[in-house]
Amino acid sequence: MPSFVLVKKCDGCKGQDKTACQYICPNDLMVLNPATLKAYNRDPQMCWECYNCVKICPQQAIDVRGYSDFIPLGASVTPLRGSEDIMWTIKFRNGMLKRFKFSIRTTPEGTAAPLGEFAEGPANLNGIELMTEPASLTRSVPRSKK
Amino acid sequence: MADFKTIEVTTDLLIIGGGMSACGAAVEAAYWAKKNGLNVVMVDKAATDRSGAVAMGLSALNLYLGLADEYNSPDDYVAYVRNDMMGITREDLVFNIARHVDSSVHLFERWGLPIWKDEDGKYVHEGRWQIMINGESYKVIVAEAAKNALKSLGPLEEHLFERVFIVEPLLDGDRVAGAIGFSVRDENFYVFRAKSVLVAMGGAVHVFRPRSTGEGFGRTWYPPWNTGSSAYFTLKAGAEMTSQEARFIPVRFKDGYGPVGAWFLLYKANATNAFGEDSLVTRIDELEKYAPYGTTKPIPTCLRNHLWMIDLFGGKGPLYMQTAEAIKNIADASPDEKETKKKLKELEFEAWEDFLDMTITQSLLWAATNVEPEKQPSEIAPCEPYFIGSHSGGSGAWVSGPEDVAPPAYNWGYCNMATVNGLFCAGDASGASSHKYSSGSHAEGRIAAKSAIRFIVENNTQPNVDKARVEELKKKILRPLAIFKENREESSDPNIHPNYIKPKDFMFRLQKIMDEYAGGVTMHFTTNKPLLEKGLELLVYLREDSEKLAAEDLHELMRCWENVHRMWQAEAHMRTVLFREETRWPGYYYRADYPDIDQKNWHLFANCRWIPKTGEWVMLKREVLPLKK
Repeated sequence: MPSFVLVKKCDGCKGQDKTACQYICPNDLMVLNPATLKAYNRDPQMCWECYNCVKICPQQAIDVRGYSDFIPLGASVTPLRGSEDIMWTIKFRNGMLKRFKFSIRTTPEGTAAPLGEFAEGPANLNGIELMTEPASLTRSVPRSKK
Repeated sequence: MADFKTIEVTTDLLIIGGGMSACGAAVEAAYWAKKNGLNVVMVDKAATDRSGAVAMGLSALNLYLGLADEYNSPDDYVAYVRNDMMGITREDLVFNIARHVDSSVHLFERWGLPIWKDEDGKYVHEGRWQIMINGESYKVIVAEAAKNALKSLGPLEEHLFERVFIVEPLLDGDRVAGAIGFSVRDENFYVFRAKSVLVAMGGAVHVFRPRSTGEGFGRTWYPPWNTGSSAYFTLKAGAEMTSQEARFIPVRFKDGYGPVGAWFLLYKANATNAFGEDSLVTRIDELEKYAPYGTTKPIPTCLRNHLWMIDLFGGKGPLYMQTAEAIKNIADASPDEKETKKKLKELEFEAWEDFLDMTITQSLLWAATNVEPEKQPSEIAPCEPYFIGSHSGGSGAWVSGPEDVAPPAYNWGYCNMATVNGLFCAGDASGASSHKYSSGSHAEGRIAAKSAIRFIVENNTQPNVDKARVEELKKKILRPLAIFKENREESSDPNIHPNYIKPKDFMFRLQKIMDEYAGGVTMHFTTNKPLLEKGLELLVYLREDSEKLAAEDLHELMRCWENVHRMWQAEAHMRTVLFREETRWPGYYYRADYPDIDQKNWHLFANCRWIPKTGEWVMLKREVLPLKK
């Protein structure tokens, strides 16, 4: 049912005003049930299986069961996202396992400086150069050769 | 409704959206705003870390020129885009994005995006314009820079409003004056007053019925949260729109919609029909009908689709990506067994990352069907139609071009400004500048933002917002909540009532009209004049019934307005498909009554405008002009 919550693992983000999954879902699908204090996907049919709720959940309490329209049962794809890389465990229907680790960023979280430490351009509002050009282009802004 | 508090936010520049172009706009706008003592506010309907089309991540940047090494020039890119769009493109806009895009890519790298490098430290090209990335956190990184830029203007909560859904533009005569919407988290109604508004709310999905209609309904190729809000906002502001007929249908791995770029471009895989025939070879003669575009390499995307569709609709499916053959060719080309093993291990990592970075469902589908690509081919198929001016579609607002290269007919003011004063557009919101993709959308957001700041400096007055109009709009926007509340008790089922319609059912009705009358999947993307006219007739009933949309909560209230936005995108599309009496982009749609390309009469932009004062639609032809000499 696209993303679903493992009720035994979900702690409702311990009564914060919103859960991590609710914060991140790009389609506003994850919500906290105030009675049970467990999160749930309110409209699985509108889920893109983007896994952002799975990746962000501090309790690893969210999983994805592939769309029932066309994905046979028995497989799983599980991410473990850190600050520099992401580990994926892929379990095939026939039991085969694959594990992959990929880099996700090269800088510490939070440090992206808007100008990227490129030199500022001529700062002319009427000119052609954007904020860090020409430095961030490594050359002057091209004009048409026509 | 009595509980809804109205919060008024006054700023200089308002950026609406949160994806690649909005984040590009925020970074650039903050820089120029600070220099000129101005303020910037950004409004996103989701959390910017993971909003927009890149929310899941991406495995490649499809637009990078390599200007530093003179790998490509902007003129080369214009030639490529012009041909891919069958001659209908705004060369000035494409040129402008192309000359700035490397700057955005180099910023991404400094911000922390891992870009693949070869032994010489050069970016690894997937194709001529595409470079490979480890892009799981692409959006998080780009959002971080945007947020840090906004923070340079003051506390973030005063400059970034997340989970606020914008419904309507506010106007002051022929100038945009702001935007109006509501929080999807609490009962707050927002009125944003601005001297300029930059629209970057993405394209549209779920206007057409998707192939999967059960639980997999949400598995569209472009994300389901792109709901036509850019098109609605610009149309309602009275802006001229372009290329509303130029929808896009990608051919992707079937059902999961995983990317095919790496397989085609990096691994040189072929696609065949079920009988092993490659229609790009066997049906090559068909391309001559579409000269000069069809006979120029690379074959335009729509024509590749067209050749595959001839096979598919002629009963020669399924279509397959011949992954095993491609892997064998790579193995055969390597000098020894050790090298082969190493190469194949690398390929396995790359191929899985390609899916995991951007279409995790495809990995699940391969795992659930025990697919080992070296052993068997995988099915590919055309998806459903989408509105995505940033990719191989063209839909968006008609915007002014850059002074130095735009011919006079395309240059009526500030670069990237629509035909409404102060209204700027970028990404999927600006039309006829296809193939900008994620990196080009970011660059275009920056171009538009700088231009908007210049507009504000030179037109530094706060437009008026009519208080009565705001009250009227507030009532209209919140009406679905009132309708539900007033009627709910009478029926045993909250979704079934003669006096109202829920947003999901409303969407299903829209999708049925579009699928069956405007050339959706079940009609093999084919339509004609009588079908379109009937579809438009049925759309009138839908439009009337939009007054009876009902919402149980704030989430459904957003869904109501998202579907109204989709409905307007649908109408602009049908009217323009009807207007263009030819089949310019076979493989995206077919006009059965005008099955051929008509270069003599239709080498033109088909534009449209909704007139706010009268509610009438006007159709316009605009010349296709080359770059200014």
